[in-house]
Amino acid sequence: MSFIAKIVFRNILRNRRRSLMTGSAVAAGALAMLLFGGYVGYIFAGLQTTSVQENGHLTVFRSGYFLFGPGNPAGYGIDRYRDVMGLIEGDPVLKPMINVLTPTQSLVGIAGNFSGTVDASKTFLGEGFIPSDRNRMRQWDEFQTGAAKAPDARLSDADSSQGLVGFGLARMLGLCAPLKLTGCPPMPAADTAGLHSAGKTADSDLVGLAERDAKEAGAPQVGPQLELLAATAGGAPNVVGLSVAGVERQGVRELDDNFIAMNLELAQQLVYGRGEHKATGIVLQLKRSEDMPAARARLVSLFKQHGLDLEIKDFGDLNPFYGQVVSMFSGIFLFISMVMGVIVLFAVVNTMTMNVMERTNEIGTTRAMGARAGGIRWQFVSEGMMIGVLGTAFGTAAAIAIALGINHAGLTWIPPGNANPVPLRVDIFGSPALMVGTWLALVLVATFAAFIPANRAARLSVVDALRHI
Amino acid sequence: MIATPNTAAAPAPLPSLGASQAAVRLHRVARTYRVGAIEVQALKDVSLQVPYHRFSTLIGASGSGKTTLLNLVGCIDAATSGAVEVCGQDVADLDADEVADFRARNIGFIFQNFSLVPVLSAYENVEYPLLLVGIKAAERRRRTLEMLDAVGLAAQARQRPNELSGGQKQRVAIARALVKRPQVVLADEPTANLDSATGASILKLMRQVQTESRTTFIFASHDPQLISHADEIFTIRDGEIVEHRTGATP
Repeated sequence: MSFIAKIVFRNILRNRRRSLMTGSAVAAGALAMLLFGGYVGYIFAGLQTTSVQENGHLTVFRSGYFLFGPGNPAGYGIDRYRDVMGLIEGDPVLKPMINVLTPTQSLVGIAGNFSGTVDASKTFLGEGFIPSDRNRMRQWDEFQTGAAKAPDARLSDADSSQGLVGFGLARMLGLCAPLKLTGCPPMPAADTAGLHSAGKTADSDLVGLAERDAKEAGAPQVGPQLELLAATAGGAPNVVGLSVAGVERQGVRELDDNFIAMNLELAQQLVYGRGEHKATGIVLQLKRSEDMPAARARLVSLFKQHGLDLEIKDFGDLNPFYGQVVSMFSGIFLFISMVMGVIVLFAVVNTMTMNVMERTNEIGTTRAMGARAGGIRWQFVSEGMMIGVLGTAFGTAAAIAIALGINHAGLTWIPPGNANPVPLRVDIFGSPALMVGTWLALVLVATFAAFIPANRAARLSVVDALRHI
Repeated sequence: MIATPNTAAAPAPLPSLGASQAAVRLHRVARTYRVGAIEVQALKDVSLQVPYHRFSTLIGASGSGKTTLLNLVGCIDAATSGAVEVCGQDVADLDADEVADFRARNIGFIFQNFSLVPVLSAYENVEYPLLLVGIKAAERRRRTLEMLDAVGLAAQARQRPNELSGGQKQRVAIARALVKRPQVVLADEPTANLDSATGASILKLMRQVQTESRTTFIFASHDPQLISHADEIFTIRDGEIVEHRTGATP
């Protein structure tokens, strides 16, 4: 141990209680920053995982879709989307990055339940996809959040008649009883009667059309049947039958009240009828999120090269909620970090100021012996830095212990926008930047805080310091 | 110590402050402090020379300017006017770091209250000045042990100052002042905090090491014992040197 380190270390031990209190403030700062930072990091990873599982990393749309397409999905389909997918799949740069490449079809329309005693209809937002691709997408868990979902066997590529509805939509269409949903009240009789009498003639026509389509498709009817009405790309009304295989809760109430998931083929049949089937989007789920910018750049270049009028959006564009949550938690983390930084700053300034006052005579003696002012400054700065290092080390150790306890406690929570609980974890180890950043930030704050009294010590007049009692 | 009498009517011609045989030369030095609105003139137009290898004493009442004079010679304070030359170096020519380095190499201090670094052992306190002048570890160890042995504290090398008696602390302070082999050792009331027997032994020790090392010692003291051992005795009153006489070994 160098002589200066020996002096520094012994001076810290000289006022054990004071050093302990200051070190505790630093440790508390490190603990708070690491635990909250770890928690926030896990939230970000969880949200990103959920978002990427549902929307992929990147989605290719026909230009203008993002701004105007959701109101008219049929009018913004990608022509010859299979060729575009082939182009992407065959690209040597993109191919190794891609985990899943799959088309989707969005649509809007009216869903009706006209079976048995119920007569109810409701506008819906529909999403058509290839079930096996969606199951593969839901296995994606790059950040090991434990959010990988088991394959959903209710939908299959082979049976395009099956679909899932949001819990709220199921309730409004009177599907609670047929689907045996718990916590789902039956539809009031008045609503049913009113709907029944008002739309009887039209309903009968829709049922007839849907039954004809179902027979043509040769689809077996397993669950309760819905009739879906939508305008085709040409503007004509079209109707298909959907056999409801179950519900899929959505985290946002508005979506839950309108959501229908179905096989891509059924969605295309509804939107394009017997015309050319297009796709609203081509979803790319990458193996690693860090490849997103490179993949995006490559897609842009590829589309430009082939004269394709397509645009690319990432999961953040499609899900602004993700960006909002990231901004909010980043802001809270920054605020907590600043508060902790200020506490550490004042604690260290206070301690080092008292140390300088108590050791004024000693400073005078050392300076008289020939120590330079810079040497005195460095000694006190080193003491502050050492307190910072020790405090942060204890805080980090405590944060690791608490994080391990939380991660092994089996706690769960429902993140905003989610419908299902996810494990509650504090991801300290998965974020070396957080640990290094916290450590560096607090040590720097402690060092800077020590610099103020250290500078005062260095500037003391030797004579005045020697006179000090 | 050779005093140059101050005569207000006919000031002495300005002597050259170049290379000289004097360890310390002060020429028309004044030091004024400001205490609030009051200006206190601690030293008034002092001129003196202290030869090398002498055991010299500054005597005077409290507040007479002894400590101020030692501070100027020790280069820890600056004169308001006049010139201070220590070991042939005009200290006004040096910047702050150079003055610190000059002190580290050439001047040793012994304080009334010992002023040992409490977190360091006796050995480390003595070793500290050698670190400041960049002496290598092996040589540091050799000189530190030799110095502790010389002051009779080899057995207490590992003890901290709070485990030592007043006399032992002052012995450590003497060892610390001498270990770097300075040209000048300044001691401000070195026996004031010691009982008479301990003071006598410390004085004897200082005289002995001064004789052996031929270091220039300058004391500020009231202690009659110390004065009786001095080669040069200098009396200061109200900031002025009023008497110089030769002592024990003229």
